[in-house]
Amino acid sequence: MTAALSVDSLWKIFGPRSDKIIGTPDAELSRADLKAKTGNVVGVKDVSFDVAPGEVFVVMGLSGSGKSTLVRLLTRLIEPTSGSVQLGGVDITSASEGQLRDVRRKQVSMVFQHFGLLPHRQVIDNVAYGLEVRGVPKKERRAKASEIVDLVGLDGYEKSYPDQLSGGMQQRVGLARALAGDPEMLLFDEPFSALDPLIRRDMQNEVIRLHRELGKTMVFITHDLAEALKLGDRIMILRDGAIVQIGTPDEVVARPADDYVKDFVSEVPKAHVLTLKWVMREPRPGEAMDGPTLPVTTVVRQAARAAIASDAPIRVMDGDTMVGVVDEEDIMRVVVAEEEA
Amino acid sequence: MSQVGPGLRATAYVETEKLNNPKDRRPVEPGAAPPVVEDSGISRWVPALAIVVLWVVAWVLTKGTHTLDLPSLSRTDLHDRLTEIQNGLLESRSTNPFMQFTNAIADVFRSTVDWFQRLLSKPAFPRPVPQIGWLGVTAIATYVGLVVAGWRIALLVVASFLSFGVLGYWDPSMDTLIVVLISVLLAIIIGMPLAVWIGTSARANAVVTVFLDLMQTMPTFVYLLPIVLFFGIGTSAAVVATLIYSLPPIIRIAGFGIREVPTTTIEATDSSGQTYWQRLFKVQLPMARKTIIVGLNQTTLAALSMATLASFVDGPGLGKPVLQGLRVNDVGTAFVPGVLIVVMAVMLDRTTTAASERSERIARGGGHANPLQRRIVVLGGAVVALVAVYLSRTYVSLAEFPTYGIGRSISTAVSDFVSWITTNFGGVTGGLKDGVTDWLLNPVQSVLAESPWYVSFLGIAALALVFGGMRALAVCVVCLLGIRYLDLWHDAMITLNMTLVATVLVMALALVFGVWMARDRRVDLGIRPLLDAGQTIPPFVYLIPVLALFGPSRFTAIVAGIVYAAPAAIKLVADGVKGVSPTTIEAGRSTGQTTWQEITKVQLPMAKGSLVLATNQGLLYVLSMTVIGGLVGAGALGFDVVYGFSRSEAWGKGAAAGLTIVLLGVMLDRITRAAADVRRDDGPGTRRAFNVRLPIGPPGT
Amino acid sequence: MRTARSRGARLGVLATIAVMALSACGGGSIESETKANEEKAASGGGECGDLNMAVNPWVGYEASAYVVGTVAQEQLGCTVNYKELKEDVSWQGFGTGDVDVVIEDWGHPDLEKKFFADSGDGTAEDFGPQGNVGIIGWYVPPWLAQEHPDILDYKNLNKYAQDFATSESGGKGQFLGADPSYVQFDEAIVNNLDLDFQVVFSGSEAASIEAFRKAEDNKEFLIGYFYAPQYFMAEVPLEKVALPPYTDGCQDDPQDVACDYPETELKKIVGTDWAASDSTAVSLVKNFTWTNEDQDVVAAYIASDKMSPEDAAAKWIADNQDKVDAWLS
Repeated sequence: MTAALSVDSLWKIFGPRSDKIIGTPDAELSRADLKAKTGNVVGVKDVSFDVAPGEVFVVMGLSGSGKSTLVRLLTRLIEPTSGSVQLGGVDITSASEGQLRDVRRKQVSMVFQHFGLLPHRQVIDNVAYGLEVRGVPKKERRAKASEIVDLVGLDGYEKSYPDQLSGGMQQRVGLARALAGDPEMLLFDEPFSALDPLIRRDMQNEVIRLHRELGKTMVFITHDLAEALKLGDRIMILRDGAIVQIGTPDEVVARPADDYVKDFVSEVPKAHVLTLKWVMREPRPGEAMDGPTLPVTTVVRQAARAAIASDAPIRVMDGDTMVGVVDEEDIMRVVVAEEEA
Repeated sequence: MSQVGPGLRATAYVETEKLNNPKDRRPVEPGAAPPVVEDSGISRWVPALAIVVLWVVAWVLTKGTHTLDLPSLSRTDLHDRLTEIQNGLLESRSTNPFMQFTNAIADVFRSTVDWFQRLLSKPAFPRPVPQIGWLGVTAIATYVGLVVAGWRIALLVVASFLSFGVLGYWDPSMDTLIVVLISVLLAIIIGMPLAVWIGTSARANAVVTVFLDLMQTMPTFVYLLPIVLFFGIGTSAAVVATLIYSLPPIIRIAGFGIREVPTTTIEATDSSGQTYWQRLFKVQLPMARKTIIVGLNQTTLAALSMATLASFVDGPGLGKPVLQGLRVNDVGTAFVPGVLIVVMAVMLDRTTTAASERSERIARGGGHANPLQRRIVVLGGAVVALVAVYLSRTYVSLAEFPTYGIGRSISTAVSDFVSWITTNFGGVTGGLKDGVTDWLLNPVQSVLAESPWYVSFLGIAALALVFGGMRALAVCVVCLLGIRYLDLWHDAMITLNMTLVATVLVMALALVFGVWMARDRRVDLGIRPLLDAGQTIPPFVYLIPVLALFGPSRFTAIVAGIVYAAPAAIKLVADGVKGVSPTTIEAGRSTGQTTWQEITKVQLPMAKGSLVLATNQGLLYVLSMTVIGGLVGAGALGFDVVYGFSRSEAWGKGAAAGLTIVLLGVMLDRITRAAADVRRDDGPGTRRAFNVRLPIGPPGT
Repeated sequence: MRTARSRGARLGVLATIAVMALSACGGGSIESETKANEEKAASGGGECGDLNMAVNPWVGYEASAYVVGTVAQEQLGCTVNYKELKEDVSWQGFGTGDVDVVIEDWGHPDLEKKFFADSGDGTAEDFGPQGNVGIIGWYVPPWLAQEHPDILDYKNLNKYAQDFATSESGGKGQFLGADPSYVQFDEAIVNNLDLDFQVVFSGSEAASIEAFRKAEDNKEFLIGYFYAPQYFMAEVPLEKVALPPYTDGCQDDPQDVACDYPETELKKIVGTDWAASDSTAVSLVKNFTWTNEDQDVVAAYIASDKMSPEDAAAKWIADNQDKVDAWLS
């Protein structure tokens, strides 16, 4: 299966003569040293990854890690310094302006942290904007937009103006605008960081629901690890513009690539993230093998009750084959370690 | 009279908005070095004081040498060379293709204005009266006011138009309106593309801004003669001069508005795959709409003030009776048309503002609860207006405004009042004049102008470095070299001195009245209309009474400068102080501070951005009155410009003086701007406010 | 909404009443006047055509210009366009046809050089004296001449120098220079006559007049450049101070001037093309000449009695038809 998005050796360096740096020893300097030496700032440093169709790929990092730059490079809202981006079979980095516009109109949409709504237009016309620039006739685009408005739960607000809505509702408009063009891929640039925690949770669930219903490929930028773990099929952690680790949520939590990531994930409630894969062990000789079975992808927390209820260790199954066992003690180790931390 | 009165409301609003919402003040990112803590502003006064002391010592040792004093009626070779350029153009006027081109344009302007005049203000032969008489014009204008802005504005429009007629200046008022409207239309056609250009390209912005600064600081007298050369006398010259003067505000402000459209929105819509034109027309222009309207408003008011001044080259309109008042030295004669200019400014300002607010409301669906009723008003109004037009084309008394004596009575009353004032207060004013002259004006002038030129050069440059840093120093040195080259160093120093002294007085007034207005709403309501009028009324109106009080002198020029500059500064300070967050004031009050402490420790420091801006505006406004100063005995650069305009053999000197004023303006502007930049605590808001900073003063004759 | 409707209704009623009131009183018909004009045009009043009269910015000039203009309009049927311009701009206008006549010229050697045929582009020509005589010189307010009669001789000026000192004159006596439009040699005269004075320029005629008015009102010392004919002389009759008399050539070198200003015959300057045209106004302008007294009368109508220039001119013409007839013959 071909990747929905394929990024190869992507660089972005801001500043004068930025194109002269890649390939020289200067490129290996740390961000601060490079800035001091040449006045250039590295935004994205030699990043490569693939995203599969239908996948939710989360890019995670602190502010200044280059994640927002990265997502803008994907549709060339910012011009990359070097490297390539393949999106739905189109080479974005070498696309002409017309091709690029076409990609933006039909294949990818984006949701922004500060919404980026047009204050002078009603909700319905904000949602229809993408269709409007494509040249879809008014009646048709309004019909489509009103469908999408319903989909994101804003029915009744079509005629409102953005500043009459709460932050969460505005972001629903942003979401609807992105969905209206029926793109193959959605890009989210920290869409919920400006929202209250409760509303943020609602919106996250909304995204999960939409993903389930529509099955779009998503690239999701966030600085919130919990959000990343909740939404991501895979997570890519960036630091100073470079990749630190790519992996599934449980991989990242269970095997942090370095101290930076370790520090990051230390506060994560592991029992909520880790699957049995990371706590199971070989059966000890003489252990009873008649305990209940659970799939290897079961999250530790969910396995706890079964483990406590059963005297025999739980058999961990990958399909029909048993790959290991866990008992109450194994599970308690994860939970208790967390509480002590 | 650029940042003409009523419009300043809007501008000041934009400015304070920006000051109070420094959106781009980012928190420091983790890992970044802590911000450099600058020493507080106080410490800069120590080196400044040291420089002044050194300067005074140098002055004592060397005074009177190398001052480059040039007698008032003398010229240098450079000035004569400049005159030759103008003469060369004059001689080639019948062969020069460019001038033939400009003449062709002038013909178009002339016939357009003429067409409108026959329509509104002068007999359309063989008719004894214009095509549309006063009743028809008033009805149409009122109708427009009613449709675009509502019944309150319609009343204002009726009252304004009737006052034009009742006070006896119907035709000149129509002429002024015609010139203003044509110029504004042209300004939009030329200005909007430029605004888009500077709004979307930082490089274009840098380049165009230099030209705008030049256009706005250059005294009008300097380019009035070349305009006459290229575009002939009368209406064509009036349109061109008005256009030149009113173009910068719309470019500057609209460009600013376009630039300020949030990047997120641009990105968000770009990511929908819009084209350049879609972005421009669907996103940038609609979102900058409010700011663009402010620019349009400013442009209209600038046009109004310049249209008045164009009467120096036989431009039609209210400027003529104002100048007539000057000719017969009668303040009353100039007062009535002067007031009508204010009335017109208020009318145009309120109408455009209200129309914009209303269209905003309508766009947002809050317009007419009852569309049927709206339609009745629109149609019915149109019928009434058409009937009025028909009547005004049929009856003489509805075409020619009947004559009333009231205008004359007002003139006489004003003249009598002013002469009563001058007879009774002559002594007080004389003492004031001598006091300021002896204790402030003369001492500073001795040091500035009587030091050798290189001493003053070094002194000014050093002060620029202290207050504005390296960039200010660089600009300052370039400007000073330019001034030195133009051979009017001594005059430039005298003008600089008057500008500084006047600005100090302006800021003193601005602090007192600004704080008072900010703290008491009633005072604000009472004073603001006066301030609007002070900014809008042509300076020629108050020249005579000021002369009668103080006689021809530098102090008289300073008074004229203060009258013109203080309103703007007062409003900026008032709005700045008003903009201080109520939370902060409450927090302060909860500590039990006195009123005095509240003003000096909370309100003023927090409004510092506005104070710096007010100083900047004050300097430039006062400077723009330099030429007016030349007309009331201030000598120096103002006199040089008037001299150059009056005698063709001295045109070069006038042009050199005009350029020197421009250089002084750029220098003062950049130093104050840099001073604002150096102060971190002002936040980026101030810097932005400087971007919308508008026209620099009156066309300064 | 009801309020809005009633407001609209009220406005409408008000407007209707106003219209009716106004049309009731004095309802002359425009149509008849238009017809009259058409007939007049058809009968041919066109021998004169347009007359573009420059109006330079002083009242005396205005008096001359409007008297000639009114005669041209009323008695020759010209269409007179008054153009309010400074001198330099007026002269530039001859070449473009914007200006036909400058009716009162005080002498502009530099402009003559540029625009007269012998040295310039030949767009302007001298049309002879217009009868007024300009008397430029040093003047003091009347109270001063009365109280200190000896002040009217320049030799005694130094005695009073300190009394003339002002905030602007840097310790010396102040001599008030004039509007820079005028040819002035006062700095040289002060120097060459060893007077302890400093020339301070008023910058405009308005400023000079205000200064003299104030000096007379408040009995202040003031001496300055002034001239006759000038309407202000009627209000405050300034006294002329005697300088060494003018002799031919004594003002040739601006640096060495040490004599009084000459009496100046004021001239008419006209556009060459217009002068060569067959307009009937050409001979009117050619013949026009009057005296300082005549001009003072009209100027006083304008400046003191606040009459409009048109009315002032019409009044004088009515009173002096004999003089006017002489110009028209």
